[in-house]
Amino acid sequence: MLETDLGTVLARRGISRRQLVKFCSGVLATLAMPERYLAQTVQAVSKAKKPVLVWVQFQDCAGCSESMLRSSHPDVADVVLDLLSWEYHEVIMAGSGESANRTLDRVVKEDKGKYIAVVEGAIPTADGGVYCTVGGRSALEIAETVCRNAAATIAVGACAFDGGLVRSKPNPTGALGVQEAVPGIKVINMAGCPHNPANTAAVLVHYLTFNDLPALDQYNRPLFAYGRIIHDQCERRAHYDAGRYVTEWGDEGHRKGWCLYKMGCKGPAATFNCPVVQWNDHTSWPIRAGHGCIACASPRFWDHMSPFYDRLPSVPGFGVEVTAGEIGLGLTVATVAGVTAHGLIQMIKPAPKPPAEPPSEPRKEA
Amino acid sequence: MARLVIDPVTRIEGHLRIEAQVDGGKVSDAWSSGTMFRGIELILQGRDPREAWIWTQRICGVCTMVHALASVRAVEDALQIDVPDNARIVRNLIAGSQMVQDHVIHFYHLHALDWVDVTSALKADPAKTSQIAQSISDYEKSSTTYFRGIQQRVKGVVDSGQLSLFTSGYWGHPAYQLPPEVNLLAVAHYLEALAWQKDFIRIHAVLGGKNPHPQTFLVGGMTTAMDPNEPFAVINPERITFLRDLVKGARKFVEQVYIPDVLAIAPLYKDWFSRGEGLGNFLSYGDYSSGNEKDPNTFLFPRGAVFGRDLSTVHPVDPAKITEFVSHSWYEYSSGDNDGKHPYQGETNPKYTGPKPPYDHLDVDKKYSWLKAPRYDGKPMEVGPLARMVVGYAAGQKDIRELVDGVLKKLNAPPTVLFSTLGRIAARALESLLMARKLESWVEELDSNLAHGKVQIFNPIRWDPGTWPATATGFGWHEAPRGSLGHWVDINGKSIKNYQAVVPTTWNAGPRDAQSQRGAYEASLLTTPVADPARPLEILRTIHSFDPCLACAVHVIDAKGRNYSLPKAV
Repeated sequence: MLETDLGTVLARRGISRRQLVKFCSGVLATLAMPERYLAQTVQAVSKAKKPVLVWVQFQDCAGCSESMLRSSHPDVADVVLDLLSWEYHEVIMAGSGESANRTLDRVVKEDKGKYIAVVEGAIPTADGGVYCTVGGRSALEIAETVCRNAAATIAVGACAFDGGLVRSKPNPTGALGVQEAVPGIKVINMAGCPHNPANTAAVLVHYLTFNDLPALDQYNRPLFAYGRIIHDQCERRAHYDAGRYVTEWGDEGHRKGWCLYKMGCKGPAATFNCPVVQWNDHTSWPIRAGHGCIACASPRFWDHMSPFYDRLPSVPGFGVEVTAGEIGLGLTVATVAGVTAHGLIQMIKPAPKPPAEPPSEPRKEA
Repeated sequence: MARLVIDPVTRIEGHLRIEAQVDGGKVSDAWSSGTMFRGIELILQGRDPREAWIWTQRICGVCTMVHALASVRAVEDALQIDVPDNARIVRNLIAGSQMVQDHVIHFYHLHALDWVDVTSALKADPAKTSQIAQSISDYEKSSTTYFRGIQQRVKGVVDSGQLSLFTSGYWGHPAYQLPPEVNLLAVAHYLEALAWQKDFIRIHAVLGGKNPHPQTFLVGGMTTAMDPNEPFAVINPERITFLRDLVKGARKFVEQVYIPDVLAIAPLYKDWFSRGEGLGNFLSYGDYSSGNEKDPNTFLFPRGAVFGRDLSTVHPVDPAKITEFVSHSWYEYSSGDNDGKHPYQGETNPKYTGPKPPYDHLDVDKKYSWLKAPRYDGKPMEVGPLARMVVGYAAGQKDIRELVDGVLKKLNAPPTVLFSTLGRIAARALESLLMARKLESWVEELDSNLAHGKVQIFNPIRWDPGTWPATATGFGWHEAPRGSLGHWVDINGKSIKNYQAVVPTTWNAGPRDAQSQRGAYEASLLTTPVADPARPLEILRTIHSFDPCLACAVHVIDAKGRNYSLPKAV
């Protein structure tokens, strides 16, 4: 059925024009895009024929699926029923077995080059793919088919990004992230453990509006979400600058919300918009809840950022000159460089009150 | 006919494959296979046991936090750490809210579509749905206008020809028996529950920083610092008020939506009170302490085992009687594959011997799953909400008795109906109610401690690895939403030497053992009718009634044939 009149389409979906504009406005805010794109966004998300999305899962924990279900802006039901035709997603789809497999095959064939693929979980490449099969087919074979025929692939979570925990030493199953397992595809990485649904929803809307992905860093992560250091955005930053640290869990500093650097926080070496977007409808985030950041959106964080309770060996702000590249910041995109430069200057500047003791070396296992 | 294959089984966590022999319209035999392996066992070796919970939590993101809790308990057991009362309360709140939220999601989003025909809701008279809704509950969203709006929304989706999540459903299947009006009610609550679950789980954001994968556990306590006078304390009077609102909302949703829906739908499917019975053996480790976490006498859910559906005797649980078999699993044991090994002597040496993908059928006579086969005293056991309710009922736990007897009276049925597909659904709903009520009392306990200046949240005695013994072993148990979960840890030279997890879905979804005894899924499918093998809805009903979680179930941690002492008394 063809319905091109916006009003009819909206009414059919039970959405008032006011609700739609409000929703699009929220999405633009997450993307840090000017309001002048509002009309275009509203028009794009109210197309009569909804774009098709398939969500495949491999070596995963389904935490990224669950995270998507927590999407508040836009509301999860709006995303899966109204914004897109969400036709394959094992965790929540209606049909099983043959019925599910047929649906995926049909989308790949009939919507070739037009559908959006989402991948959750790592892809095992050792021993002929026996460590993950769906419907008797290996994860790698499915990923090859689904991602190569998609308009674009969104890799959600640390495992789909770079293999995540599954790929940590000694990587028993030869696990890889999507862009390495299926090289050459158009991919955007929504790193994090799990991904933040606010960011992923924003990417989906951006894609629907502009038919393209937002600006990416060298790891193919969108700059709007991964372009800033957590430490620079942290609500406990003033305590760091003043040399006020938590030194034991539950101590006075911990009760007062002081800096968690000495408890192993990786915020100074990690980028993500956790402090800004937060989690679960902007309710909180790990540092507010009293635990250090584990840098879950950083490349290979499980191996590179653990032991998680060890202090960072050298932290920006202690007079140690670090370049953005060293901590995974993409400064190559000119439009964002200006924004980031301010953060970088803040970072390199010596802290007003250096801490009493220098950072210790990371503890080595006995 | 050839063996029927369901792969992927959807609306579960993880990768589950069911193969079933169907003869004369009924299942005559069944095989349950987990088709994904990650090897987290090998990955954990040599790492800091204080952060093991961060890693093990990623075993599963649906039952998020349960492996974090079992992990910190195991390490605390090994290092002999008692946690402060506030840590017990916060852990109960995090785990209890996980249970309620997870059960609601299971009922509406993972299970309901086995019983509810979405397309039939279009034929409903919204006025009649409104009457039904108002006759079973005080929930305020019950007007004709409200249900008409829901119907319009569904109609919009169906008319567009793009059914999204509902694309692949078995709509019109003869096994769907609800009248259109009840289908409309259920579809409305599918959408309400979708909105509710994300609002309620903000409790994990407050107490855990985020959900999934909250980040506030510590070996020795929690990071949720408490202070009655500090605006930035994780728990202060303002946050208590928020928590109180959240748990009240949960209780309301369970009391006014979830329970009435289960009670309205179940009698319309009463055949399923005698289908999917399964093993009849039930195991519960027990959990949710009101005092000392290590004392089972303080547990909300009692510890015990029931055999052969005999409600007259609750057997004590002896940790030494837990063993795992790999006779039909893609692993090998150094002592031979017909051996059964206690977790402290466990081995996880993956060795795939199945067909090369792509394949049509598994070699079900040989090895056919990445899951091991756990046994208690040599017997296969069912774990989960039904096991907790059965053990609690048999043990005479007052709250559980009242709830179960109340429902049986309403349904005019004897306790034997519990041993069924619908019994599992009812048990899950009842424990959600029990837990939703309990959450409020824990918020009040926390508030009382805060008001009295009792703010300790962490026991620092063993944080410094310099205080640890050269070697230590311990185990931690938790009653997760899907059942009894245990982690066993061996610490050597300040790092993890071995770590073993025996997980609820491994108990339920595991394959046959050395004696060819079927696991719980396999046993429960026997004699299940299958009207249309191309659309095996009936098999899904019983499998889903267990709420499968396969990422959890695939054996996690390696222990390469080392010898350990048997566990200390719990």
